[in-house]
Amino acid sequence: MQARIQLVTIIGAAVLLLAVLEMVRRRRLTERYALLWLFSACVLLALAIWSGALAKISHAIGVIYPPNALFFVAIGCIILLLLHFSAVVSRLSDQSETLAQRMALLEERLRRKERPLDGEPSPGHLRVDRHNDDWMASSRRAGSGRQPHHQR
Amino acid sequence: MGEGSLYLAVVPAYNESETIASVIHALRAHAPRFDTLVIDDGSTDETDVLATRAGAKVLRHPFNLGIGGAVQTGFVYAREHGYDFLAQVDGDGQHDSVELERLIATMDEESVDVVCGSRFLTSDYRYPAPISRRTGIHIFAFLLSRIVGMRISDPTSGFRLYNRRAIELFARHYPHDYPEVEAVLILHHHRLRMREIPVRMFVRGGGTSSIGTGKSAYYMAKVLLALFVGLGRGRMLVDLDGDARMRVEQPIAP
Repeated sequence: MQARIQLVTIIGAAVLLLAVLEMVRRRRLTERYALLWLFSACVLLALAIWSGALAKISHAIGVIYPPNALFFVAIGCIILLLLHFSAVVSRLSDQSETLAQRMALLEERLRRKERPLDGEPSPGHLRVDRHNDDWMASSRRAGSGRQPHHQR
Repeated sequence: MGEGSLYLAVVPAYNESETIASVIHALRAHAPRFDTLVIDDGSTDETDVLATRAGAKVLRHPFNLGIGGAVQTGFVYAREHGYDFLAQVDGDGQHDSVELERLIATMDEESVDVVCGSRFLTSDYRYPAPISRRTGIHIFAFLLSRIVGMRISDPTSGFRLYNRRAIELFARHYPHDYPEVEAVLILHHHRLRMREIPVRMFVRGGGTSSIGTGKSAYYMAKVLLALFVGLGRGRMLVDLDGDARMRVEQPIAP
């Protein structure tokens, strides 16, 4: 492999590796989602440095120009990551659906408590209907998104 | 610990219908000063019904958050309701609630913030776990002891007693999976003091561990990453003494 393309790929993979680690350190990326990124970065870095292995891979898959084999591996990593994210998004949308349903039930229960049978609004302190959105936004800003909100 | 202190026992449970009732009965019999709160982490069985029937308060998660999320719900509850002490007791019957009084006594005598029950400080008890799990625990124990500068024999033990300061800290930030290991590091970074005492633990009463053998390697990698990155963090997430009580780093960017 030519020295220049090797240098470029090494720098690229190293920057990716450091960027992922720094994001985890700053808590902008949780460990759960960083592992696959770290794995990809390490594989790319290893292949970029160890050009003998890359030559073997390119020979095995029938690629004439070894750096193209590196692209092949990189695309493999990208597909893996995308698939992983699709799975994560699916789970998240399922969960947000469940949350919305549970919240709708809670709201209805609260509203029933605030307005007893005669339909007269009691001076309840929980103004769920109108300030709902504000409340959600402020609670999201205040704590980590994972924390459940507790009503006393 | 004066009279009138409030004690909360938090029992995280995920599909523990076989053991949850006996765990709560044991808590009520052996540790009557504790209020019992079960965090039902999205169980698909009767765990919440059985726990309520046994006399515990139950918080139900709409879906499974994992052990870290479940325990943190307990911390948030304790903070919101002004509890002074929080004990974490597993829902699978591993932990002997008789030992809770010893945890309290140790916290009292040594004035530490967290007391942790360790199954490896006793010589008479062989911990019946697969060799892979034990190896993992010992690797974590070795690394943590080096980092913290104090011997940690059982970093994955979930049998712990926390005081108000620790509750405040972990209500704001608690790790996700295998949280106990990383929690030790967080305590260290916030200058909170921890002490281990030997406890006897039972063999799991029922159900399966939250960590299957297949996932062990994955969790190992993740916790090791968290430990090493945590070293680079070093600084405090939550300022427990200062005026700016909410000086939390933005947890995860939206």
